[in-house]
Amino acid sequence: MTADSHALAPLDQTGLVASVGSAVPVGHVRGGISNPVLGMLLFITSEVMFFAGLFAAYFATRAQNRPWPPAEFDGILNPLSLILVATVILITSSFTCQFAIWSIQRGDRRGFIRNISVTFVLGIVFLLLQAYDYSLLFGEGMSMGSGPFGTTYFTLTGFHGAHVFGGVLMLGVILYRGMLGQFSARHHDAVEAVSLYWHFVDVVWILLFSVLYLL
Amino acid sequence: MATHALAPAAVTYRPGLYAWLTTTDHKKIGIMYLINSFLFFLIGGLFALAVRAELAVPGLQVFTNENVYNESFSIHATVMIFLFIIPILAGLGNYTVPLMIGAPDMAFPRINALSFWMLPLGGILLLSGFLAGGAAAAGWTSYPPLSSIGPLASPGAGQDLWIVSLVLIGTSSILGGINFLVTIFKMRAPGMTLFRMPIMVWTMLVTSVLVVMATPVITSALVMLFIDRNLGGHFYDPFAGGNAVLYQNIFWFYSHPAVYVMVLPAMGVISEVLPVFSRKPLFGYKAFIFATAAIGALGFSVWAHHMFTTGAVFLPFFSLITFLIAVPTGVKMFNWVFTLFRGQISLSTPLIFAVGFLTMFLIGGINGAFSAAVPVDFALHDTYWVVAHLHYVLFGGSVFGLFAGIYYWFPKMTGRLLSEGFGKVHFVLMFIGFNLTFFPMHMLGLAGMPRRIADYASGAGWNDWNLAASIGGFLIGVSMLPFLWNIFVSLRTGRIAGDDPWEGNTLEWATTSPPPPYNFDRLPEIRSERPVFDARHGLIGHAAKD
Repeated sequence: MTADSHALAPLDQTGLVASVGSAVPVGHVRGGISNPVLGMLLFITSEVMFFAGLFAAYFATRAQNRPWPPAEFDGILNPLSLILVATVILITSSFTCQFAIWSIQRGDRRGFIRNISVTFVLGIVFLLLQAYDYSLLFGEGMSMGSGPFGTTYFTLTGFHGAHVFGGVLMLGVILYRGMLGQFSARHHDAVEAVSLYWHFVDVVWILLFSVLYLL
Repeated sequence: MATHALAPAAVTYRPGLYAWLTTTDHKKIGIMYLINSFLFFLIGGLFALAVRAELAVPGLQVFTNENVYNESFSIHATVMIFLFIIPILAGLGNYTVPLMIGAPDMAFPRINALSFWMLPLGGILLLSGFLAGGAAAAGWTSYPPLSSIGPLASPGAGQDLWIVSLVLIGTSSILGGINFLVTIFKMRAPGMTLFRMPIMVWTMLVTSVLVVMATPVITSALVMLFIDRNLGGHFYDPFAGGNAVLYQNIFWFYSHPAVYVMVLPAMGVISEVLPVFSRKPLFGYKAFIFATAAIGALGFSVWAHHMFTTGAVFLPFFSLITFLIAVPTGVKMFNWVFTLFRGQISLSTPLIFAVGFLTMFLIGGINGAFSAAVPVDFALHDTYWVVAHLHYVLFGGSVFGLFAGIYYWFPKMTGRLLSEGFGKVHFVLMFIGFNLTFFPMHMLGLAGMPRRIADYASGAGWNDWNLAASIGGFLIGVSMLPFLWNIFVSLRTGRIAGDDPWEGNTLEWATTSPPPPYNFDRLPEIRSERPVFDARHGLIGHAAKD
């Protein structure tokens, strides 16, 4: 054997070592899921565990406090109210976010920007509705300090709202970069990553709505 | 032919301070992790010495105020766990993992830098409690009601700073864990299949899974504690319908897996060191990997063994699963011992520290198995037995493994070998000091001495063992002097290491010492878990024996 047969080519653009006609198998790690999307999925995994901790606290607290809700707040969390509108809006925004992905995958930048804009605005509307809903609840005397019922409600929905706010910021960045023309049919990893996050935020809200308002 | 021009000539590379502060190079970041964490090790060590000085003899000598004593052991443990062991092992991983899989850097270099810089910030926040009317004093576990506001707790800002600091450090861990996972899954060189990865990379993989899935859970426990303390919440307040044991459940759901976060990378280190210095492949490579994965998986089902005495957990289940963890751990002991068995052993410093890990971690495993038995645990809970156990695992295990790794990779990081003589002096002092400190704590625990007390009656029969432990503690402190001197001297006048001073197996030895910023000019073919061994012995082309 010669020393030459052990040599590999220099680094290519992706930073991986390319094989050049030697017996080295072509890297099986290429293709498949992209680094940013995998990173986002793992980040969402950690976020799921964070909310799992909060949900665990909620169920543990609820299980040892009867009646739930306490008599003074009976019926205060009415699913057929403003919150249903907010829920529909957030679910709709998940759809428009997905339409944006499909647009950019086709290379349709105008459709992409339109759909991301709608998603962005719907996210802001959700946050405004939630803030208004908070003010209504405060008006009825419910607050973080009003027993485990108030503590769990405002903690869970508050952290969800903070995540929606983070998602809106991300959507804003995506919208800005999209208007600069930085995304194309081939290059839109950031959009996919943000849309995954947005879907995650939506799913958490569906769980929250079901648990806090319906269950 | 045996000439393998695998690496280019060493480049003289002398980065300035600005280059270090702004770097995204995983090797520089890894070294900064090591230095930063070691500084916190020294700080945490000083707190430990203060605690041992107080306990050396009955009566209050060092601390005039018991609450300052409480702050000392709380900050000692918090610093050692969250600012020393976890990040310093992550730092070793940061340095080695991309090199070992033949990658030019981590998958997200800038996030890597972010993960690092959160650590000194978190540490400063934690310690700044001393300037804000008293640091956290509720132990590193910070159970409510001790840590919440109320008659039993100190209402100072120190506890809030502790919470914020831990959330910050946890975020750093999570980002680091994500970075490791994407790097390991996506950045491997051609030929580096999962089952050809070095064990160090495997342990970092399992560690990262634990970090990504467990750390956010303690974050949730901490934010709820913060809400209780500052926003009028009632999660942990039993008088208002909350539940104090809820905190313990959520806290340990993270903090037990965290034990494996603290020890698995050290297991990875000695699994690299033992084969190299025994001139043998690791005995049972795949068994080791499956054992590591099993420890990771079982680690999520044992958290309540810290809570046997609360009466709020299902004892048989958690006791059984805890015992079960001894099985994969035992598999690993066989892996290591049979790697040494009939090997051509060279007694270099890394190997000596690795054997230190083997013996001390074995004791930590065995005394842990005693505590897993529910009736025994009821007697030993919150005594010095537990302190002995956790230090045999985390100091006898993790810290000995960490030093094995530092002696092993120092030549790669700096291009110079550490002195063997000082290394052996360091080992002997630390080994004796460690056992003198922590073995007596078994006796103290069996004699009923509770942990976290500032004083004890001189008639309790605990005097001699406490004095021995304190002398040992200061011996551990002294043992750091030859180590630091070794680093200081070897950086200037140490022997030039060359690319591969130990005749290593894994890819980091195929490049220069220190490696260039992009790591590799060229890689050897990867046909087994020991590509550099294969290249050295002309085994390219033979199928891996796995």
